[in-house]
Amino acid sequence: MQLPLGIEVPIPTFEQFVFLQVALLTAVAGLAVVTSRNLFHSALALTLTFFGVAGVYVFLEAEFLAISQILVYIGAIAMLIAFAIMLTRSMMYGRTSLLNHQWGKSSLFAFLFFIGLLAFARATPWPEAGEPVIADEALISALGKEFVTTYVIAFEVLGLLLLLALVGAVMLARDR
Amino acid sequence: MVPLSWYLMLAAFLFSCGLYGALARRNAIAMLMGIELMLNAANINLVAFWRHGVGPMEDLTGQVFAVFIIGLAAAEAAVGLALIIAVYRERRTIDVEELDILAG
Repeated sequence: MQLPLGIEVPIPTFEQFVFLQVALLTAVAGLAVVTSRNLFHSALALTLTFFGVAGVYVFLEAEFLAISQILVYIGAIAMLIAFAIMLTRSMMYGRTSLLNHQWGKSSLFAFLFFIGLLAFARATPWPEAGEPVIADEALISALGKEFVTTYVIAFEVLGLLLLLALVGAVMLARDR
Repeated sequence: MVPLSWYLMLAAFLFSCGLYGALARRNAIAMLMGIELMLNAANINLVAFWRHGVGPMEDLTGQVFAVFIIGLAAAEAAVGLALIIAVYRERRTIDVEELDILAG
Protein backbone atom coordinates (compact mmCIF):
# COMPACT_ATOMS: atom_id res chain seq x y z
CA MET A 1 0.00 0.00 0.00
CA GLN A 2 1.50 3.36 -1.06
CA LEU A 3 0.83 6.39 1.11
CA PRO A 4 0.98 9.92 -0.45
CA LEU A 5 4.38 10.83 1.02
CA GLY A 6 6.01 7.81 -0.56
CA ILE A 7 5.85 5.76 2.64
CA GLU A 8 5.49 2.06 1.97
CA VAL A 9 3.02 0.40 4.34
CA PRO A 10 2.64 -3.38 4.11
CA ILE A 11 -0.97 -4.49 3.82
CA PRO A 12 -1.82 -6.40 7.01
CA THR A 13 -3.18 -9.90 6.71
CA PHE A 14 -6.61 -10.57 8.20
CA GLU A 15 -5.10 -11.95 11.41
CA GLN A 16 -2.88 -8.90 11.77
CA PHE A 17 -5.82 -6.62 11.10
CA VAL A 18 -7.88 -8.22 13.89
CA PHE A 19 -4.84 -8.16 16.20
CA LEU A 20 -4.40 -4.44 15.53
CA GLN A 21 -7.98 -3.80 16.62
CA VAL A 22 -7.58 -5.84 19.81
CA ALA A 23 -4.26 -4.12 20.55
CA LEU A 24 -5.79 -0.69 19.93
CA LEU A 25 -8.66 -1.49 22.31
CA THR A 26 -6.20 -2.69 24.96
CA ALA A 27 -3.94 0.33 24.57
CA VAL A 28 -6.76 2.88 24.68
CA ALA A 29 -8.28 1.18 27.73
CA GLY A 30 -4.86 1.07 29.41
CA LEU A 31 -4.40 4.77 28.79
CA ALA A 32 -7.88 5.46 30.17
CA VAL A 33 -6.95 3.61 33.38
CA VAL A 34 -4.27 6.14 34.22
CA THR A 35 -5.87 9.29 32.81
CA SER A 36 -9.51 8.96 33.84
CA ARG A 37 -10.65 11.53 36.39
CA ASN A 38 -13.18 9.24 38.02
CA LEU A 39 -11.58 6.34 39.86
CA PHE A 40 -14.50 4.04 39.13
CA HIS A 41 -14.14 4.71 35.40
CA SER A 42 -10.48 3.73 35.81
CA ALA A 43 -11.56 0.41 37.31
CA LEU A 44 -13.94 -0.24 34.41
CA ALA A 45 -11.22 0.64 31.90
CA LEU A 46 -8.92 -1.75 33.75
CA THR A 47 -11.48 -4.52 33.26
CA LEU A 48 -11.55 -3.74 29.54
CA THR A 49 -7.74 -3.85 29.44
CA PHE A 50 -7.80 -7.30 31.06
CA PHE A 51 -10.24 -8.46 28.37
CA GLY A 52 -7.95 -7.09 25.67
CA VAL A 53 -4.95 -8.88 27.17
CA ALA A 54 -6.96 -12.11 27.22
CA GLY A 55 -7.60 -11.54 23.50
CA VAL A 56 -3.86 -11.09 22.94
CA TYR A 57 -3.28 -14.45 24.66
CA VAL A 58 -5.70 -16.04 22.20
CA PHE A 59 -3.61 -14.64 19.35
CA LEU A 60 -0.56 -16.19 21.02
CA GLU A 61 -2.33 -19.59 21.15
CA ALA A 62 -2.25 -19.65 24.95
CA GLU A 63 -5.92 -20.46 25.53
CA PHE A 64 -5.50 -21.68 29.10
CA LEU A 65 -3.92 -18.35 30.00
CA ALA A 66 -6.71 -16.44 28.27
CA ILE A 67 -9.30 -18.23 30.39
CA SER A 68 -7.19 -17.80 33.56
CA GLN A 69 -6.84 -14.13 32.75
CA ILE A 70 -10.60 -13.69 32.58
CA LEU A 71 -11.25 -15.82 35.68
CA VAL A 72 -8.55 -14.37 37.90
CA TYR A 73 -8.14 -10.79 36.71
CA ILE A 74 -11.70 -9.90 35.76
CA GLY A 75 -13.47 -12.30 38.09
CA ALA A 76 -11.37 -11.61 41.17
CA ILE A 77 -8.98 -8.67 40.92
CA ALA A 78 -11.20 -6.20 39.09
CA MET A 79 -14.08 -7.11 41.43
CA LEU A 80 -11.83 -6.60 44.46
CA ILE A 81 -10.69 -3.21 43.18
CA ALA A 82 -14.27 -2.12 42.49
CA PHE A 83 -15.29 -3.10 46.03
CA ALA A 84 -12.28 -1.35 47.55
CA ILE A 85 -13.17 1.84 45.66
CA MET A 86 -16.73 1.70 46.94
CA LEU A 87 -15.61 0.86 50.51
CA THR A 88 -13.15 3.72 50.77
CA ARG A 89 -15.35 6.42 49.22
CA SER A 90 -12.25 7.53 47.39
CA MET A 91 -13.71 9.04 44.24
CA MET A 92 -12.26 12.37 45.39
CA TYR A 93 -14.81 14.57 43.70
CA GLY A 94 -13.90 18.20 43.95
CA ARG A 95 -10.22 17.57 44.53
CA THR A 96 -7.96 19.99 42.73
CA SER A 97 -5.82 17.25 41.26
CA LEU A 98 -5.75 13.48 41.03
CA LEU A 99 -2.01 13.56 40.54
CA ASN A 100 0.72 14.06 43.08
CA HIS A 101 3.46 16.67 42.89
CA GLN A 102 5.86 14.47 40.90
CA TRP A 103 3.47 13.77 38.01
CA GLY A 104 5.47 15.91 35.57
CA LYS A 105 8.68 14.01 36.16
CA SER A 106 6.78 10.71 36.21
CA SER A 107 5.09 11.33 32.86
CA LEU A 108 8.38 12.37 31.27
CA PHE A 109 10.09 9.28 32.68
CA ALA A 110 7.29 6.95 31.54
CA PHE A 111 7.32 8.52 28.07
CA LEU A 112 11.10 8.19 27.68
CA PHE A 113 10.89 4.62 28.98
CA PHE A 114 8.25 3.86 26.35
CA ILE A 115 10.37 5.39 23.56
CA GLY A 116 13.36 3.38 24.72
CA LEU A 117 11.44 0.09 24.80
CA LEU A 118 9.90 0.89 21.40
CA ALA A 119 13.29 1.56 19.84
CA PHE A 120 14.58 -1.69 21.35
CA ALA A 121 11.61 -3.69 20.08
CA ARG A 122 11.97 -2.27 16.58
CA ALA A 123 15.75 -2.42 16.29
CA THR A 124 16.30 -5.99 17.44
CA PRO A 125 16.07 -8.59 14.64
CA TRP A 126 13.43 -10.90 16.09
CA PRO A 127 12.63 -14.21 14.39
CA GLU A 128 10.02 -13.69 11.68
CA ALA A 129 7.39 -16.17 12.86
CA GLY A 130 7.22 -18.68 15.66
CA GLU A 131 7.16 -22.41 15.07
CA PRO A 132 3.68 -23.79 14.49
CA VAL A 133 1.70 -24.54 17.64
CA ILE A 134 -1.42 -26.67 17.74
CA ALA A 135 -3.41 -25.20 20.59
CA ASP A 136 -5.56 -28.09 21.76
CA GLU A 137 -6.12 -30.19 24.87
CA ALA A 138 -2.68 -31.79 24.51
CA LEU A 139 -1.00 -28.41 25.09
CA ILE A 140 -3.06 -27.72 28.20
CA SER A 141 -2.42 -31.19 29.64
CA ALA A 142 1.31 -30.75 28.91
CA LEU A 143 1.12 -27.47 30.85
CA GLY A 144 -0.56 -29.28 33.73
CA LYS A 145 2.16 -31.96 33.70
CA GLU A 146 4.82 -29.27 33.90
CA PHE A 147 3.21 -27.97 37.09
CA VAL A 148 3.30 -31.32 38.87
CA THR A 149 6.74 -32.41 37.63
CA THR A 150 9.36 -29.79 36.79
CA TYR A 151 7.82 -26.86 38.66
CA VAL A 152 6.18 -28.75 41.52
CA ILE A 153 8.07 -26.91 44.30
CA ALA A 154 7.38 -23.47 42.86
CA PHE A 155 3.76 -24.48 42.35
CA GLU A 156 3.34 -25.61 45.97
CA VAL A 157 5.07 -22.47 47.24
CA LEU A 158 2.71 -20.36 45.12
CA GLY A 159 -0.25 -22.16 46.67
CA LEU A 160 1.12 -21.55 50.17
CA LEU A 161 1.78 -17.90 49.31
CA LEU A 162 -1.80 -17.44 48.10
CA LEU A 163 -3.17 -19.02 51.26
CA LEU A 164 -0.98 -16.84 53.48
CA ALA A 165 -1.84 -13.73 51.47
CA LEU A 166 -5.56 -14.37 51.84
CA VAL A 167 -5.29 -15.08 55.59
CA GLY A 168 -3.14 -11.98 55.94
CA ALA A 169 -5.63 -9.90 53.97
CA VAL A 170 -8.47 -10.99 56.25
CA MET A 171 -6.34 -10.21 59.32
CA LEU A 172 -5.41 -6.77 58.00
CA ALA A 173 -8.86 -5.70 56.91
CA ARG A 174 -10.93 -7.08 59.77
CA ASP A 175 -12.68 -4.62 62.04
CA ARG A 176 -11.01 -4.44 65.44
CA MET B 1 1.15 -14.45 11.72
CA VAL B 2 1.52 -11.41 13.92
CA PRO B 3 5.17 -10.33 14.28
CA LEU B 4 6.77 -10.54 17.72
CA SER B 5 7.64 -6.84 17.75
CA TRP B 6 3.94 -5.89 17.66
CA TYR B 7 3.31 -7.74 20.91
CA LEU B 8 6.40 -6.13 22.41
CA MET B 9 5.23 -2.65 21.40
CA LEU B 10 1.79 -3.23 22.92
CA ALA B 11 3.39 -4.52 26.12
CA ALA B 12 5.78 -1.54 26.20
CA PHE B 13 2.84 0.85 25.93
CA LEU B 14 0.87 -0.90 28.67
CA PHE B 15 3.94 -1.03 30.92
CA SER B 16 4.60 2.69 30.45
CA CYS B 17 0.95 3.50 31.22
CA GLY B 18 1.20 1.43 34.37
CA LEU B 19 4.49 3.04 35.34
CA TYR B 20 2.98 6.50 34.96
CA GLY B 21 -0.09 5.46 36.96
CA ALA B 22 1.97 3.93 39.76
CA LEU B 23 4.27 6.95 40.02
CA ALA B 24 1.95 9.89 39.42
CA ARG B 25 -1.45 9.06 40.88
CA ARG B 26 -2.41 10.37 44.28
CA ASN B 27 -4.86 7.62 45.15
CA ALA B 28 -3.48 4.35 46.54
CA ILE B 29 -6.02 2.24 44.60
CA ALA B 30 -5.07 4.01 41.36
CA MET B 31 -1.41 3.19 42.08
CA LEU B 32 -2.37 -0.46 42.55
CA MET B 33 -4.16 -0.40 39.18
CA GLY B 34 -0.95 0.87 37.59
CA ILE B 35 0.94 -2.05 39.09
CA GLU B 36 -1.65 -4.48 37.70
CA LEU B 37 -1.14 -2.95 34.24
CA MET B 38 2.62 -3.47 34.52
CA LEU B 39 2.15 -7.11 35.55
CA ASN B 40 -0.11 -7.68 32.55
CA ALA B 41 2.46 -6.12 30.21
CA ALA B 42 5.16 -8.41 31.58
CA ASN B 43 2.85 -11.37 31.06
CA ILE B 44 2.24 -10.46 27.41
CA ASN B 45 6.00 -10.37 26.90
CA LEU B 46 6.51 -13.77 28.55
CA VAL B 47 3.84 -15.46 26.47
CA ALA B 48 4.96 -13.72 23.25
CA PHE B 49 8.55 -14.90 23.77
CA TRP B 50 7.27 -18.40 24.54
CA ARG B 51 5.29 -18.44 21.29
CA HIS B 52 8.19 -17.16 19.18
CA GLY B 53 10.92 -19.09 20.96
CA VAL B 54 12.48 -22.43 20.13
CA GLY B 55 10.15 -25.43 20.41
CA PRO B 56 7.03 -23.87 21.96
CA MET B 57 5.28 -27.27 21.95
CA GLU B 58 7.99 -28.92 24.08
CA ASP B 59 9.16 -26.09 26.33
CA LEU B 60 6.21 -24.48 28.11
CA THR B 61 8.27 -22.40 30.58
CA GLY B 62 6.90 -19.08 29.30
CA GLN B 63 3.31 -20.09 29.97
CA VAL B 64 4.23 -21.56 33.36
CA PHE B 65 5.81 -18.25 34.38
CA ALA B 66 2.75 -16.36 33.19
CA VAL B 67 0.50 -18.55 35.38
CA PHE B 68 2.79 -17.88 38.37
CA ILE B 69 2.57 -14.15 37.72
CA ILE B 70 -1.24 -14.31 37.56
CA GLY B 71 -1.24 -16.07 40.95
CA LEU B 72 1.17 -13.55 42.43
CA ALA B 73 -0.96 -10.68 41.11
CA ALA B 74 -3.97 -12.13 42.88
CA ALA B 75 -2.04 -12.34 46.17
CA GLU B 76 -0.69 -8.82 45.70
CA ALA B 77 -4.13 -7.36 44.99
CA ALA B 78 -5.64 -9.07 48.05
CA VAL B 79 -2.94 -7.86 50.45
CA GLY B 80 -2.69 -4.40 48.86
CA LEU B 81 -6.40 -3.71 49.02
CA ALA B 82 -6.62 -5.06 52.59
CA LEU B 83 -3.82 -2.67 53.56
CA ILE B 84 -5.61 0.21 51.83
CA ILE B 85 -8.85 -0.56 53.68
CA ALA B 86 -6.99 -0.83 57.01
CA VAL B 87 -5.28 2.52 56.36
CA TYR B 88 -8.60 4.07 55.40
CA ARG B 89 -10.17 2.93 58.69
CA GLU B 90 -7.30 4.48 60.63
CA ARG B 91 -6.78 7.75 58.74
CA ARG B 92 -10.00 8.33 56.75
CA THR B 93 -7.94 8.90 53.60
CA ILE B 94 -6.00 6.85 51.07
CA ASP B 95 -4.24 9.84 49.53
CA VAL B 96 -0.62 8.70 49.47
CA GLU B 97 0.63 12.25 49.92
CA GLU B 98 -1.11 12.49 53.30
CA LEU B 99 0.10 9.10 54.50
CA ASP B 100 3.39 10.23 56.02
CA ILE B 101 3.30 8.85 59.58
CA LEU B 102 6.54 7.00 58.96
CA ALA B 103 8.31 10.12 57.64
CA GLY B 104 10.73 11.50 60.22
